[in-house]
Amino acid sequence: MNKPFANIAQTIKFILRRDRIRIPVWVLSIAIFTILIALMLPNLYTSSMEREIMAETMKNPAIIVMLGPGYGLDNYTDGAMMAHFMLVFTALATGIMGIMLTVRHTREDEEEGRIEMIRSLPVGALSPLTATIIMITIVNIVLTVIVGFGLYSLGFESMDLEGSFLYGASIGVIGIYFAALTGLFAQLSTNSRSTLGYSFTFLIAAYIVRGIGDIEYEILSLISPLGLILRTEVYVSNNWWPVFATLGQSILLFALSLYLNSIRDLGAGFIPARPGRKYASSLLSSPLGLSIRLQRTSIIAWTVGMYVLGVSYGSILGDLEGFLDTSGVLLKMLPESADYSITERFITMLMTILSILGSIPVLLYVLKLKSEEKKARTAHLLARAVSKNSLIGSYTLIGLVAAPITQLMSVLGLWSAAIFVMDNLVSMDILFKSALAHLPAMWIMVGLAVLLIGYLPNLTGLSWLYLGYSFFVVYMGEMLQLPDWMSNLSPFGHIPQIPMEEFSLVKMLVLIAITAILIVAGFVGYNTRDLEG
Amino acid sequence: MSIISVRDLTKKFGNFTALDGINMEVEEGEIYGFIGPNGAGKTTTLRILLGILKATRGEAKIFGKDAWKDAVEIHRNVAYVPGDVNLWPNLTGGEVIDLFVKLRGSNNKSRREELIERFDLDPSKKCRTYSKGNRQKVALIAAFASDADLYILDEPTSGLDPLMENIFQEYIKLAREEGKSVLLSSHILSEVEKLCDKVSIIREGKIIESGSLEELRHLTRTSMMIQTREPIESLNRLKGVHDIEKRNNTIYFQVDGEELDNVIKYISPFGIIKLESAPPTLEDLFLRHYKGDGGEA
Repeated sequence: MNKPFANIAQTIKFILRRDRIRIPVWVLSIAIFTILIALMLPNLYTSSMEREIMAETMKNPAIIVMLGPGYGLDNYTDGAMMAHFMLVFTALATGIMGIMLTVRHTREDEEEGRIEMIRSLPVGALSPLTATIIMITIVNIVLTVIVGFGLYSLGFESMDLEGSFLYGASIGVIGIYFAALTGLFAQLSTNSRSTLGYSFTFLIAAYIVRGIGDIEYEILSLISPLGLILRTEVYVSNNWWPVFATLGQSILLFALSLYLNSIRDLGAGFIPARPGRKYASSLLSSPLGLSIRLQRTSIIAWTVGMYVLGVSYGSILGDLEGFLDTSGVLLKMLPESADYSITERFITMLMTILSILGSIPVLLYVLKLKSEEKKARTAHLLARAVSKNSLIGSYTLIGLVAAPITQLMSVLGLWSAAIFVMDNLVSMDILFKSALAHLPAMWIMVGLAVLLIGYLPNLTGLSWLYLGYSFFVVYMGEMLQLPDWMSNLSPFGHIPQIPMEEFSLVKMLVLIAITAILIVAGFVGYNTRDLEG
Repeated sequence: MSIISVRDLTKKFGNFTALDGINMEVEEGEIYGFIGPNGAGKTTTLRILLGILKATRGEAKIFGKDAWKDAVEIHRNVAYVPGDVNLWPNLTGGEVIDLFVKLRGSNNKSRREELIERFDLDPSKKCRTYSKGNRQKVALIAAFASDADLYILDEPTSGLDPLMENIFQEYIKLAREEGKSVLLSSHILSEVEKLCDKVSIIREGKIIESGSLEELRHLTRTSMMIQTREPIESLNRLKGVHDIEKRNNTIYFQVDGEELDNVIKYISPFGIIKLESAPPTLEDLFLRHYKGDGGEA
């Protein structure tokens, strides 16, 4: 092969030109988010008492699984707290950035035939992959510098220049690592979807292995790139070796992917694409079966995700009283009531937040119908013996059924973590009642989505706006002293706050009746309007 | 009873009139060609027939039933192939074919296997890997594998290679032998010429010509190429002669159908050495209708 890296500078420029919006958005979001959190943290815990309580909380295994081991807990400075709270999450974010940017310029371009166009010009065979990795390395160096200076410039005593740059370099090198890894998967698999799939599976596995390692077997944490990077002990010991070790691994991964790239044909991969089914399964014989099948991955992921979300909220319940008592800001966010403990008051708000988050997959499932129509795939069904009612009905049904399932999953998650961390276990009964009470509000979101699909298919985004509004008034309502009518505009504002308020069957039935009206109206609209395709 | 009966069909999208009072009758056992340029209203017509779009005015009936209200019932006996076949990227071709056939109700397993083999499709591949032609094959196989009485096909061969096009034509002829009806919208005029019994030409939402190919041809001119021993005098004064062109010893011109007899009688005394005549192709018809406002015609 002659000149495998020909015209690489031009290729890098071209990538930067294509991503001139995307790259700054990624880098700035991660950097600004990191710096903002760093800015807020010291205000949340001001007294040394609060810090000691927090440090104590951080020894909780559930927290360690989520965040990693705490370093410098005996002198829990702002810097130590920042690194402990945020390093693993910001590293995950840069990892995701690395994966997304790399897939885009490697396997996706190849799949869409764009690399073929580029390669027909005097461009080296290895130039696209190399240019992508160089581009991402540059991006992560820039991120390192911005985060490094950004954190240092906040002027906190415990956040020195070296530590701040180490923080930046730690997340930056994770971005490079996952870019190199994705570059390797892009050689192995034959399409962009499975490249993404392998890369994200690896990312999630790295996070889980780290969690187990941090509690039981430290060697596991050293294998996982996300575990290794936490050993930098940013702002405490400032170890640089994990950064270099990760960089070294990235170089090995990149070298391997270059080799594989050089010995394969364009469009080919090393993991053969599995032949799919030649015949449809019995599930795939109705519109309902089709829509379940199409959203299978999404349904499984969200169901597991809601459980994990429940676990992560549940894991902080144990130290809640001490935690919230010392945190004035958080306490203000809770509804006021003298008769109930802080934990009980917290759970009320928690269930509302979980059901609003749980409404996201519910809405996604219903609104899938709109994207199917946009992609001209509903006409295939309607041109056969499928009525419009059975089509929109399938998606509505999935949404309605998904609501109690997501609620169940988050309650189970909450409870299974609470068992380990709480001395006075919240009764399962209260959790279930509260989850149940929130169902009608979630169903109203389904009704709204159906109504929009029926009449204003181009404005289905309004349902997201409405859900976002609900989140805002519930989450911030108490703290910002918003007037009652604002929360009454959201269905979640009408849900009785169990255990502080009585379960009200009448309210529930009224909300269900509204849902029914919305759905019926949506069906009528869908039956009378033109469909796009 | 007509299989498809369209009367005064009008469709407006806001202020834009996509269809302006079109009429169309497809009889049982007929293969009906529907031709017109992009944006003329072909797909809109088909979508109204499928009950996906609602007519602003007029009626569209299939099997004597209302295309909008009785859509589901009608579709049990209709097979449809859209012009732009979009499939689900994560399902295989085989899965999509089965789904489509099941959703119609009836099933013909042996026909499915035969079609997959004839059209040379790998049904175990995910739809995302299929080219346009392969996606079209999926839709065609699903259509032919079902025992429909009416096939509604919207430019079904635009992505197929000539070999596959032949196989497609074979199955259309087979459908005709079985007494089935076909509404074929197409750009490939030679295909329409080969297959269709009747043709409608649509332009800017109006049907401008309709009838059997013979009838359409009759309305138009025959192309002539003539060499005579002596030069023909004042040919241009004859009624019904157009576009005279002289090259070397040869004269090219066009004659209106009804004047053909007179023209030949006038020419023969000049001593014909060579005479070639060609019926107008559909392309001639088509182009004549679409060049400007039909030109001097």
